[in-house]
Amino acid sequence: MTDARIPGLEPPVLEARGVTKRFAGVTALSGVDLVLRAGESMALMGENGAGKSTLIKVLTGVHQPEEGELLLDGRPATFARPLDAQKAGVSTIYQEVNLVPLMSVAQNIYLGREPRGQVGLIDFRRMYADARALLAEYGIQVDVRRPLRTLALGVQQMVALARAVSINANVVIMDEPTSSLEAREVETLFRVIGLLRERGIAIIYVSHRMDEIYRVCDTVTVLRDGRVVHVGSLSELPRVELVSMMLGRSVEKVERGGVTAFRAANESDAPPVLVATDLSRKHQIDGISLSIRPGEVVGLGGLLGSGRSETLKGLSGVMQLDRGGVTIDGKSVRSGSVPAAIRAGIVMLPEDRKAEGIVPNLSVRDNIVLAALPKLSRGGFTSRRKQDAVVDVFIKRLHIKVSSPDQLVSELSGGNQQKVMIARWLAMTPKVLLLDEPTRGIDVGAKAEVQALIDELAHEGLAIVLVSSEVEEVVEGSARVIVLRDGSIETELRGDQVDESALLAALAGSAS
Amino acid sequence: MTTLEPAAGPTTDRQAARERIAGLLQSYGAAIVLVILLVVGAVGFPTFATPSNFSNILTQSSFLLIVGAGMTFVILTGGIDLSVGSVFALGGVLAAYGSTFGLLGALLFPLVVCGLIGALQGFLIAHAGMAPFIVTLAGLLGVRGLVLATTDGGSTTPLITDPVVVALGQGQVLGIHWPVFIAVVVIVVGSVLLARTRGGQSIYAVGGSESASTLMGLPVARVKFTVYVVSGVCAGLAGALNAAYSSSGVPTVGVGLELNAISAVVIGGTLLVGGRGNLIGTVAGVLLLSVIQNLINQVGTLSSSVQAVVSGAFLAIVVIIQTVLSRTQRL
Repeated sequence: MTDARIPGLEPPVLEARGVTKRFAGVTALSGVDLVLRAGESMALMGENGAGKSTLIKVLTGVHQPEEGELLLDGRPATFARPLDAQKAGVSTIYQEVNLVPLMSVAQNIYLGREPRGQVGLIDFRRMYADARALLAEYGIQVDVRRPLRTLALGVQQMVALARAVSINANVVIMDEPTSSLEAREVETLFRVIGLLRERGIAIIYVSHRMDEIYRVCDTVTVLRDGRVVHVGSLSELPRVELVSMMLGRSVEKVERGGVTAFRAANESDAPPVLVATDLSRKHQIDGISLSIRPGEVVGLGGLLGSGRSETLKGLSGVMQLDRGGVTIDGKSVRSGSVPAAIRAGIVMLPEDRKAEGIVPNLSVRDNIVLAALPKLSRGGFTSRRKQDAVVDVFIKRLHIKVSSPDQLVSELSGGNQQKVMIARWLAMTPKVLLLDEPTRGIDVGAKAEVQALIDELAHEGLAIVLVSSEVEEVVEGSARVIVLRDGSIETELRGDQVDESALLAALAGSAS
Repeated sequence: MTTLEPAAGPTTDRQAARERIAGLLQSYGAAIVLVILLVVGAVGFPTFATPSNFSNILTQSSFLLIVGAGMTFVILTGGIDLSVGSVFALGGVLAAYGSTFGLLGALLFPLVVCGLIGALQGFLIAHAGMAPFIVTLAGLLGVRGLVLATTDGGSTTPLITDPVVVALGQGQVLGIHWPVFIAVVVIVVGSVLLARTRGGQSIYAVGGSESASTLMGLPVARVKFTVYVVSGVCAGLAGALNAAYSSSGVPTVGVGLELNAISAVVIGGTLLVGGRGNLIGTVAGVLLLSVIQNLINQVGTLSSSVQAVVSGAFLAIVVIIQTVLSRTQRL
């Protein structure tokens, strides 16, 4: 490169031009451009399904783009497999440490390129010395002969980083590197990132943690629905604007109400049915306390990774808790047990309907009575007559469109599948209904029906917790919105405060 | 509440000590039990601790040692090779046929053919992504068929008349048969390969975490392919030596040998899921099985069915202990 290095405008090391990637007809990336310069630290931002992970997989050779090209140091490059990308100098640090836990620290750093002596045998003494020296550069003191698995996750992450960089990397992609690190370990990681950048190594940093992004990165690329929606300097970008770009909501033009089928939600003043105190689980949620009254819809707001789904899982017993507990009508519920939660009246509609909810090869009838079977049976035998009665009631009440109760659930539309799921839990006569993305992936008409149904159930006295990535759904559906950030409650919006701009500001976690 | 904690949390000193002891027991447990049994045998039976009996045990063990060495390579990658018993028999028959061309024919012929069988299995497993269990089960059945086909349905037993070839099996130095020395060479070479070469390290890495190995750019497919070739060659070599020792290629030998080999490897402390273990452990495992059998023979009144029960019970106990030890080490 002969052109003079303009400060802040180093030559690009890695470029993507018009990258398009489809999976079974679904476009995951569409015409994505990306320019990464030497020494730059770029935040790659986007919500679920924005295409972040697909883009990373294209850059690291796991996937090949259908259209468009990659350029490395200005020359076209093709990565047929991860090894090609590594050899070309693009290394990746994954969220889950991808090393061999049974092998030693030094072995992990030098696997595949161990230093060898004269007869071609591995020179372990040199390998240990090299490993020690390498880690010392990053200020890490550790017995390099110890098996990796005996070390703290933060140190393992550092070993992965040391390995990645020592293979002559000039681009390091970090995919949520801090998600399982302690605060102290995060500091070490940031220090190392600083060292790497001084050496001219470019970094792509993926994280949901706003504070980290603003600390570590100087530029940002925002993806939404597989497209780049913003590229620019991070320091000039207010957090609220970043969040609104990720969510696809404009700050200036907050839409008026009426886009959803929710009626005006009313705040209830009955005594709370569910009280959760100090729900905590390491690296996931920390000290979440909330209470819900009968007939109330409480929204849980938050970006991806903020702990929304985890909070629901903690409430419903799906996730073990380190601390804290839940009471229903003042009686405590055994934590970490789904049956106990269901008996107490807490039921959850999971986010991933296909994987965690419906049983596709069973009929509508079987899917509805699945959870209620113990109630409908005596001595291990189920009564078909009782089942039919229950199923009939719910098909009529929820307006589930089926040819007959014997129809397979997999033949129904997404909206009707969701209603079957709701029916399954209503058959248990619950007190609290936890809804995780109840309208994702269902068409507009069905969406309105599900929203109206949620409303109706609340008016009948059910307490409902609603998680949704759609801002207007949370705002219009909920009487109050509890906003989570990095696993803790950031703020609670009630009454008139519940509007889109307030929610966006709270999601961004700053007044800026 | 800590059950879902990451297994690799920071380790306290006491935990570390406990884990180290468990690790040592896992690696050397077989050797310790072996020593105990040797002492018990020497005290209990006058005919046990004699040079001729020991030489006998070593000779009996040498064939399983070589097969077990190959099996160790395979299991370290997290695979399994069920075909070794049949390949062992094929190696013997081919050695007998090949012995008409002298020593070279008696060794080269079985080694090449058995290596090719290993290569075919390795290709299906490593490159076509088929399950090792199924591929080598097909190998077990198919190769046994091949053995029968080359011996008129098992009715002919090709004899070895070449004195040099016979000497390879029956010749002795210092009262110890040649196959024992060859087994020692296989173990030593195999140990160096595993511990001190890049290829050996890759075997541990693939068994320890295949996905991590792929992402680290290791040649995962080549590693998996190679271990099945090694296992095939080892089984063929053992079969050839066994044929030389009995001066005939008996087509019905080696039935169930794969299970003995797997038992010996696992008893020797190699994790069945791969990533950890070594050949020294396999040596201890093989000797342990042989000594148990020898002791049962010394008692004299136990039937062969009782032998099988004892070996089975022993294996079950070892696996239980190993599971406990693995848990202590939070593997």
